[in-house]
Amino acid sequence: MSLLLEASGVSRRFGGVQALTGVSFSISRGEIYGLIGPNGAGKTTLFNLLTGIYLPDEGSFGFDGHPLSRLKPHQVAEAGIARTFQNIRLFANLSALENVMIGRHVRTRAGVLGAVLRDSATRREEAAIERRALELLEYVGIAARANEAAGGLPYGDQRRLEIARALATDPKLLALDEPAAGMNASETLALRKLLERIRADGTTILLIEHDMKLVMGVCDRVLVLDYGERIAEGPPGEVQKDPRVIEAYLGVPAAA
Amino acid sequence: MKGRHPALVWVGAGLVGIALLALPFALAQAGTAWVRITNFAILYVLLALGLNIVVGFAGLLDLGYIAFYALGAYVYALLASPHFGLHLPFWLILPIGALVACLFGVLLGAPTLKLRGDYLAIVTLGFGEIIRIFLNNLSQPVNITNGPQGVSRIDPFRFGGFDFGKSETLFGLAFSGPVKYYYFLLAMMMAVIFVTVRLQDSRIGRAWEAVREDETAARAMGINTTNIKLLAFAMGASFGGLAGGMFAAIQGFISPESFVLVESIMVVSMVVLGGMGNVWGVILGAVLLSFAPEVLRYTVEPVQKSIFGKSLIEPEVIRMLLFGLAMVLIMRFRPAGLLPSAVRKRELAERKG
Repeated sequence: MSLLLEASGVSRRFGGVQALTGVSFSISRGEIYGLIGPNGAGKTTLFNLLTGIYLPDEGSFGFDGHPLSRLKPHQVAEAGIARTFQNIRLFANLSALENVMIGRHVRTRAGVLGAVLRDSATRREEAAIERRALELLEYVGIAARANEAAGGLPYGDQRRLEIARALATDPKLLALDEPAAGMNASETLALRKLLERIRADGTTILLIEHDMKLVMGVCDRVLVLDYGERIAEGPPGEVQKDPRVIEAYLGVPAAA
Repeated sequence: MKGRHPALVWVGAGLVGIALLALPFALAQAGTAWVRITNFAILYVLLALGLNIVVGFAGLLDLGYIAFYALGAYVYALLASPHFGLHLPFWLILPIGALVACLFGVLLGAPTLKLRGDYLAIVTLGFGEIIRIFLNNLSQPVNITNGPQGVSRIDPFRFGGFDFGKSETLFGLAFSGPVKYYYFLLAMMMAVIFVTVRLQDSRIGRAWEAVREDETAARAMGINTTNIKLLAFAMGASFGGLAGGMFAAIQGFISPESFVLVESIMVVSMVVLGGMGNVWGVILGAVLLSFAPEVLRYTVEPVQKSIFGKSLIEPEVIRMLLFGLAMVLIMRFRPAGLLPSAVRKRELAERKG
């Protein structure tokens, strides 16, 4: 398996808070790579650095053989990293279908002239955008709600829609920020199946998640952050037993 | 609803088309003044449609939009009047005016890209005033704009021997100057409506909607928000510039006074009253707000005279009173506008609940 993403020595400070300190890791193609840690450990900061929302103070990312660190968010998406947000950020007043169609923006070309003239190439492209968007809604299992406003969908469906929208950008790496948050047990199980299917279809996944059952069940490897530092990495079974991880989650044993 | 009764839609469009073609002759019965008023209403429709791209589609509140109208008008006036002794043909200057306005649209857009909402509104408002004040003062040391006196004796549209300023009889029908301009404006309006409607339902239109809804998410989806916002500014500005050029030609005289802040606010009001983001709503808003004062002008005085025997309140005062009342009522009862776009309707319903 070849490397898809490589982070080396990534640091970021916000005022007096050192959010990340020299974090390095690498993700191979076809992996589901978990990113866990207590609240405030720096997981979402790492996501935002990776996707170009913030710039790292130190360190860099290499993606698919190219450096990534100074790219703007839209260039990161173009390079092949798509993300979802911890606090769902759908285009709430647009329909589910339109949300996914917007995801196709980066892989399509039509400009003002094409839009106005509607030449055959543009018409073909539009038809392809809509077809692909419907396919993706079907893929995540919410095709029946294609024409409903995204903001009015049930919570679990909104999470799925965000995944469909991200997949519409044809990503090589799908970065999911707590996709199971707020889901019940059966929704989480369905999510797990979806993640496994996405991976089987060839997309690598980076997953931030608090639901340990999901993380331990679905991830090939897990990176644990605490106070912005990497404290452990490895297969879920090993990481679970690591004393530093237990300490980070449960505190120092009183009489150890 | 889309495409459910295509035949009916075509018949309806045909009837509207015939009505629009016959309109100037019906209006001419009431006086040529009404044809002129209609022409100005169409200019406002063009302005409102242009501003709708910026405000309605991309969600960028622009309170200085009239500046682009001014730029288009001045480009036309300076290139086709005795002021510089230049008399270029209109089909050349109109695009130049649109291009100049477009350029200024980008110039305004570039430094304001990071501003949102109120802050953007303040900067654009300032931009509108800057342009007007420049036009007012660019008479020294080199006289470019002729300052507050404005530019007069601007050429009307001429195409060979066909002069839009003169009356003519074709096919036994009398075509006065304003009637000729009416048809030209009508054609322009149709073109702008066509462009706007197609843009809205396209990859570009969706990108604008994405930016309006959530800029961070739009960026994460690979939309270059810088370019897409600049595009909105540029498109809106060029429509404004185009309308400005036609305004200069029809009016024959322009001065900075035509481009004051109230005009910008008027165009914003048309967009808001009609229904931001909905092309047909915006057109309705522009038509209503540009005809209302004229109708009042012709009715308020006679009504007052017949009731009180004399005119107590000036039409201008009543106009602003009614205008204010209309805006309050709209905000209270139809916050998304008279003909709201589906998206805005959802947005405002959500906020209420």
